[in-house]
Amino acid sequence: MTDTPAPIFRDSDSDRSFRMRWWAGRAAIYGVLALWAVICLFPIYWTATTSFKMAPNVMQGQMIPWPADWTPEGDWAKKLFFAPKWKGWESIGLSPEALGRESTARAEFVKRFGNSAIVALSASTLAVVLGSLAAYGLSRFRYRFGFMKNDDISFFFLSQLILPPVVLALPFLVLYKELALLDTRIGLILLYTLTVLPIVIWIMKDQFETIPTELEEAALVDGLSIWGAFLTIILPIALPGMVAAFILSLVLTWNEYFFAALLTSTHANTLPVMVASQTGSQGINWWSMAALSFAAILPLIVIGVLLERFIIKGMAAGAVK
Amino acid sequence: MSGSDQLHVVTSDDISDSRRRMGRALVWGSAALMALVAAAQVAQTAGWRDFGFANWRPTLYAYCLFATCLCWAQVLVRGEQGKRTLFVLPAALFVISLTVFPLLFGLVIAFSNWNLSSLSGRQFNGTANLVQMWHDPFYWNALGNMVIYVAAIVVEYAIAFGLALILAGQIRARKFWRVSFLMPLMLSPVAVSWMIGKSMLEPRFGPLARLARALGIENPSFFESPWMAKLTIMVLDAWTFIPFMMIMLLAGLQAIPKELQEASRVDGASGWKSFWEITFPLMLPVSVTAILIRIIFKLKLADIVITITSGGPGGATDTVTSFIFREYRERSNVGYGTMLAMVYLVLIVIGMTILMKLAARLTRPRT
Repeated sequence: MTDTPAPIFRDSDSDRSFRMRWWAGRAAIYGVLALWAVICLFPIYWTATTSFKMAPNVMQGQMIPWPADWTPEGDWAKKLFFAPKWKGWESIGLSPEALGRESTARAEFVKRFGNSAIVALSASTLAVVLGSLAAYGLSRFRYRFGFMKNDDISFFFLSQLILPPVVLALPFLVLYKELALLDTRIGLILLYTLTVLPIVIWIMKDQFETIPTELEEAALVDGLSIWGAFLTIILPIALPGMVAAFILSLVLTWNEYFFAALLTSTHANTLPVMVASQTGSQGINWWSMAALSFAAILPLIVIGVLLERFIIKGMAAGAVK
Repeated sequence: MSGSDQLHVVTSDDISDSRRRMGRALVWGSAALMALVAAAQVAQTAGWRDFGFANWRPTLYAYCLFATCLCWAQVLVRGEQGKRTLFVLPAALFVISLTVFPLLFGLVIAFSNWNLSSLSGRQFNGTANLVQMWHDPFYWNALGNMVIYVAAIVVEYAIAFGLALILAGQIRARKFWRVSFLMPLMLSPVAVSWMIGKSMLEPRFGPLARLARALGIENPSFFESPWMAKLTIMVLDAWTFIPFMMIMLLAGLQAIPKELQEASRVDGASGWKSFWEITFPLMLPVSVTAILIRIIFKLKLADIVITITSGGPGGATDTVTSFIFREYRERSNVGYGTMLAMVYLVLIVIGMTILMKLAARLTRPRT
């Protein structure tokens, strides 16, 4: 190399070291990203694949589902690949064959899934309706309830966030027993609405404060009432925030376990309670537990992938003022 | 605080006397009805007279009627002003009836001996629950655990901040990384505790146990020794909630004007220095908010503890919530559990007030 004539345009050593550093930096950043993505996604992959395993696959630690016909020869292949089976899904009645016939396991699963869906959807809807109204009022008008002014009322709503569920749990248990609301969906819906309401109010207040008041002033001049202006002018603009609040509430209520475990027993059980109750019985039945867990988290994975930007928007609200 | 951007509209209301009277009649009428129903129910529980109520539902319905009438009467009596009140009133009534009333009721329960499975019913026992709590090593142990769990937030914060910095930088496939990093937050803690706690960490066949063995650790066990179990629970909880902090911090990072960082680069500050001198101080308010919210969520930690270790080994992983849950499940004594929860609430309120005061001082703009 030394006897070739020096090129006219040549990177100086410092340039080269800079480029080396740049590449090293890139590699490190993508390395960290890939590592964390594996940490986040591997448990989901593990659950999804385990639901197609049989006992020997679990014991030998095979990880990759692969059709049996195409499995290459050799010991390394036996360690890695396994032939997927529907056993786990059959145990909750959701395998292709089991779908055709009656199945008590499926009926049970569908019932719990339905409970979860109804409770989460109604609680989120109720919370978004109540919360949006309150947030709008607080961001637009000046109130005075006794000694409480706007800031106190906002603080009153937000302070509910601090209240740990365990404080309410036992009084509610007794109250619901007296009111015959124990083990009913209505009871859970009311409680879940209460737990997500502060979050909704927080997000929506942030949302309404970004909308200029001139809009309503114009609408009021044009003869709309304040509720008319709110419903026809402001709500459509605030819709993205409402969706964000709704999705976030949905995630929290769908996953809630503590209240559901205390307040329901047979009729209104939600999916998390069903998942938790399986773990104790009959040892650990890996494939069916994996199928059940995966079925329980699948709706939220879909929501997460499709509506990611709303979730991020919701969580970012209030972080930045 | 926010006086300038409020809506100021002056409307003249013409409210007739009869309308006003009707509004008042609605409120007082429904209140009287509620009082009447409640009195009848109390009379029945006290055994003075049987009205044939099966449960307390009638009082609940009367209360709902009263709440509706109260909202309606606002408009009738106060016109335009009432319509404005109507925005906040339903939520306020909802929260008051679902927290303030149960909390007051909880105070009553806390000072009584009430075993739900026995027939004797509630007995007032004064401060006996407090005394029992004072001598309950498991409760203090659970409180101590909570302090350790909360302390772990520092590590979570550091990791979340690092990830947020990377995500805010120049990277390809940003959406893919963001979605995959968000995933853990979407999963139900109960499913997570099976997926990771019971299967991936299973000492014989779990992939993480295999990994640990490949790294040369004999007999990996994640829930046997107290500290290891505590650490595993912390890691699991961190796994679920790091995305939450990460996203809040990311939003904060994206709100910082680019010029500031560019200016510091022009001035010759290294990346490390510009982070500590510019980014970190600017991120302080967001960081404080994120950490405070994270603490609030951490104080509610229970699901994974209940489902994986149920507090074991020997209460090493107990949180206050999981301890009270077990206490209730095993002895179904509502009184003692409520007292423990109330004390916890008082501690939290004191702690959070101090933290918020400190945070306000920390984030106050320096002149």
